[in-house]
Amino acid sequence: MQSSALLIALVVLPAVGAGVLALVPRLEGRVATMVGATIAIAELVGAALLAIGYHPNGAVFQDASTQVLAAPFGLFWRAGVDGISVLLIVLTAIVVPIAILGAPERHRTRASIGWLLLLESATVGSFASLDVLLFFLFFELTLVPAYFLIAGWGDQRRGPAAAMKFFVYTLVGSAFLFVGILVVAFLHQSQAGGALTFSLTALSSTHLNGTTGVLLVLAFTAAFAVKSPLFPFHTWSPDAYSEAPVSGSVVLAALLAKLGTYGIVRFDITLFPHALVTVGPWLFALAIASILYGAVVACGSSDLKRLLAYSSLAQMGFVVLGIVSLNQAGVSGAVLLMFNHGIVTTALFLLVGFLAKRTGLSLVTGVRGIQGPAPILAACFTVAMLASIGLPGLNGFVSEFLVLIGFFGAQGWWVVIPTLGVIVAAIYLLWAYQQVFQGTLVTPAGASISDLDVRERSVLVPLLAIMVVLGVYPKLVLDRILPSVVHLLAHLHAAGLTTTSVGLR
Amino acid sequence: MNTVAIPSVHYIVILPEIILTVAAVGLLLASSLVPGRLRSSVGTGVTVIASACVVVDCVAQWVDISRHGPSTTMAHVIIEDGFSVVAILVLAVSLALSALVADGWLNRERIEGVELHVLALASVAGAIMMAQANDLVVIFLGLEIMSIGLYVLAAFDRRSARSGEAAMKYFLLGGFSSAIFVYGIALVYGATGTTQLGQLADFLSTNVLRNQGLLLAGTALLLVGFAFKVAAVPFHVWSPDVYEGSPTPVVGFMAAIVKVGAFAAVLRVLASGLFTQQDGWRPMVFALAALSMLVGAGMATVQRNVKRMLAYSSISHAGFVLLALWAASPRGTAAALFYLATYALLVIGSFAVVTVVSADGREDLTSYRGLAKRRPLLACSFTVLLLAQAGVPFTTGFLAKLGVIESAVEHLGWPGVALGVIAMVATAISGYFYLRVVVLTYAAPVDVSPTAPAAPTLATSRPAARLAALGSGILLEDTRDGELVDHAEEYGPAPARDDATVPLATAVAIAACVVPTVVFGVWAGPLVELTTRATMLFHP
Repeated sequence: MQSSALLIALVVLPAVGAGVLALVPRLEGRVATMVGATIAIAELVGAALLAIGYHPNGAVFQDASTQVLAAPFGLFWRAGVDGISVLLIVLTAIVVPIAILGAPERHRTRASIGWLLLLESATVGSFASLDVLLFFLFFELTLVPAYFLIAGWGDQRRGPAAAMKFFVYTLVGSAFLFVGILVVAFLHQSQAGGALTFSLTALSSTHLNGTTGVLLVLAFTAAFAVKSPLFPFHTWSPDAYSEAPVSGSVVLAALLAKLGTYGIVRFDITLFPHALVTVGPWLFALAIASILYGAVVACGSSDLKRLLAYSSLAQMGFVVLGIVSLNQAGVSGAVLLMFNHGIVTTALFLLVGFLAKRTGLSLVTGVRGIQGPAPILAACFTVAMLASIGLPGLNGFVSEFLVLIGFFGAQGWWVVIPTLGVIVAAIYLLWAYQQVFQGTLVTPAGASISDLDVRERSVLVPLLAIMVVLGVYPKLVLDRILPSVVHLLAHLHAAGLTTTSVGLR
Repeated sequence: MNTVAIPSVHYIVILPEIILTVAAVGLLLASSLVPGRLRSSVGTGVTVIASACVVVDCVAQWVDISRHGPSTTMAHVIIEDGFSVVAILVLAVSLALSALVADGWLNRERIEGVELHVLALASVAGAIMMAQANDLVVIFLGLEIMSIGLYVLAAFDRRSARSGEAAMKYFLLGGFSSAIFVYGIALVYGATGTTQLGQLADFLSTNVLRNQGLLLAGTALLLVGFAFKVAAVPFHVWSPDVYEGSPTPVVGFMAAIVKVGAFAAVLRVLASGLFTQQDGWRPMVFALAALSMLVGAGMATVQRNVKRMLAYSSISHAGFVLLALWAASPRGTAAALFYLATYALLVIGSFAVVTVVSADGREDLTSYRGLAKRRPLLACSFTVLLLAQAGVPFTTGFLAKLGVIESAVEHLGWPGVALGVIAMVATAISGYFYLRVVVLTYAAPVDVSPTAPAAPTLATSRPAARLAALGSGILLEDTRDGELVDHAEEYGPAPARDDATVPLATAVAIAACVVPTVVFGVWAGPLVELTTRATMLFHP
């Protein structure tokens, strides 16, 4: 099979699955889970093939395909992958089947799985787009399934409100992105002539004067900062993460958050190298604010889901910190951290979901001493938590370390401040662990705490395995993303900008 | 002795008006000649056949234009160009779909007779005339023919006092707006000595008016007249009341054909006749567009009656088309045409669903609670229609918004960019109220005792307070006790009686609205190409 067809199939397949589930009412209940899981696993196999077929030192964008959708509007299908997008497509393909199998909904299963599959299509489509407008289409499309997942299967009372807030907030952020995209395209058309195009490679040659560039990078970054989220645009995220069903929290934190930071990597660096350097200090400030604010508020959260939401905020702060460092260590560390955070946060939200199911509480608060009756659950939580803290030997360490090296290269001793965030993360996670798992057993009346069953264990195993493997041997992934990062940073050099040389080679 | 020269007539061009008028008069004659009441399904049949004939004529005109280029006929007051053909096509399809929707409604309400169809046929003949007119007087004729039918249609439900009130309101305000429009024509004539758009453009491009005041005032009055018709803010106050009071199938029809007819005419007047006067009219259109988009979307969020909500949403849609009008470019004209084509289907489909769901006369959002459980297909169609109106990607609604915003941003100046941002913010706000309904349709039916004391919540407080609460709810970090979405308790119990099946004709109409919305949303090329090509054939 030609590999560009494989990439197209990866985008289309889950959407087709969602359509089948939507149109065939008989696939209700367990059958829906089976169908959904089959499609998601087929997608995973496809993504694995894509990753295996990807040559790190080959063409910059591989498996490329172009197709006209609506020429007068400038709407084209342009897809292709580099090392960064392959990694994130693989992440998507890993997370979705785990979300489907790990946390199936009891009622209206068919619809919930349909939305998850549509979300997978939209996410893979976003990562595969080499056309800014096409990216925006998929970027927006993710909102709809995410909205319905939170509103339909989240907390009965507060879910709809949280979903609405998520939807409207994100859409307002996208308003600026959308207009920014159009402005870049029309500027390019006025400079280069010809038909209206949104092709990333074409637009990257647009000349922007100082102010225009800064305004455009702000417009783009507004949408990405909301989606990531980044302080102070994060206010939707604690609500959305904590009121969503388990599968919803997983896809929100593990996948949708990555769309924001991916946007910064892919579009801000490629389109506005000069302006990104200009606004760099401001983004550093926001990233550090996210890290510190997320860590401090997480310390004060009594509910585990909210704690994870704020911890995610801090982690995404690290990602942005790495990207804006604009050197090899920083950017590749950030990309690796996006992957690692996706894996770790999936495991953590699943575990919290398992815990919530056992205690019958939507908020995990006021329970103690779980490790007695459920040692395996506690052990899994420990591993995931340690990976999140950044313990050497687990995957979180490598990426956070690279990000901090990159930031040191860019800003010197300022690195002390984000490092504080790492320490506070250890405090609040260990604190939470102490409260929930250690001590004498306290559970709500009538709750019986059992250990993880086979299905729950089997969805966690691959996640824990990835944490260990990438903790010990990160080269597996780094070798594949580094050439793409180098190429990305070449945009800066081509623009006559010198970046601090924290190389990895 | 003076001889009156009969101008040459290109009959293929005015065939649509002839077909529809003949059908209307024929139906009227038949109903007076046939003993007893003529069955309404006869009217539906005739209307659909007439619409099909118009569509065939459109194809013939398209071929004619492709061969010979755009032209004028009847002493240059009627135009045959790609733009008018596509507008007529949209109007004919809207007519046929509305007739199918109305058929189910007439049967349900046990209204015999063909009067509704006669009036609808006449109205569309007027709208088509507006789309083809190349002369301000002919535009006015079309406007009146269209409006008079609609005034009566608004009052069609004679048993309902609200329907009568709506019609009276529509008639009075419509009458005023027509008068203002005519005065605008008079002032333009006074300034330039002609009412024909081609001559107007020639005159203005070869002469410099020493005093712009008269022409500017005329242009402003013309715009006010149009703004009343398409319900653009601040000339919109009639529309929620009229939408709420009029019979539901009529509302969808009204919303579609008035917007298509009036926008087709205003595009021609501004983009062709008064093109050189852009500096005068573009600021006015800017204000109309920005206000319509924001006020329409904002007010829709606080409505509890589904028809009022859709009325405000349609005000917001008018703002989007005005955006393309403001652009005053070929791209803008094509985008406006595309927007109108998609909007017509979306609005007719949406009101068709409302017609079916509100069979028991309940139009508040409560009646949508749990709709998916009772009628999965209907709920699914409504979801698609509302999501498309919200501009979700891979529906025609997204492409329509993309087109108009592109046309505004193409100017690359601050005003265009600002309008683009306003449009997107309005889209975000509109996502709120469309999705609220969609979620309600999928929510489990909750039975709450109707006597429960109502706490002063969002739903009962004043609109301004509700808007403020919504805004702060979106921005603040912790809305755990905020009130973003109405809770079950605020609604009454879900409707108990819900046994009627969807009439076949209505189901066909809804399917005909939903399927293209998705199909062309994904496979967008043909429709976009058609409107763009149609605009390239715009008569200069």
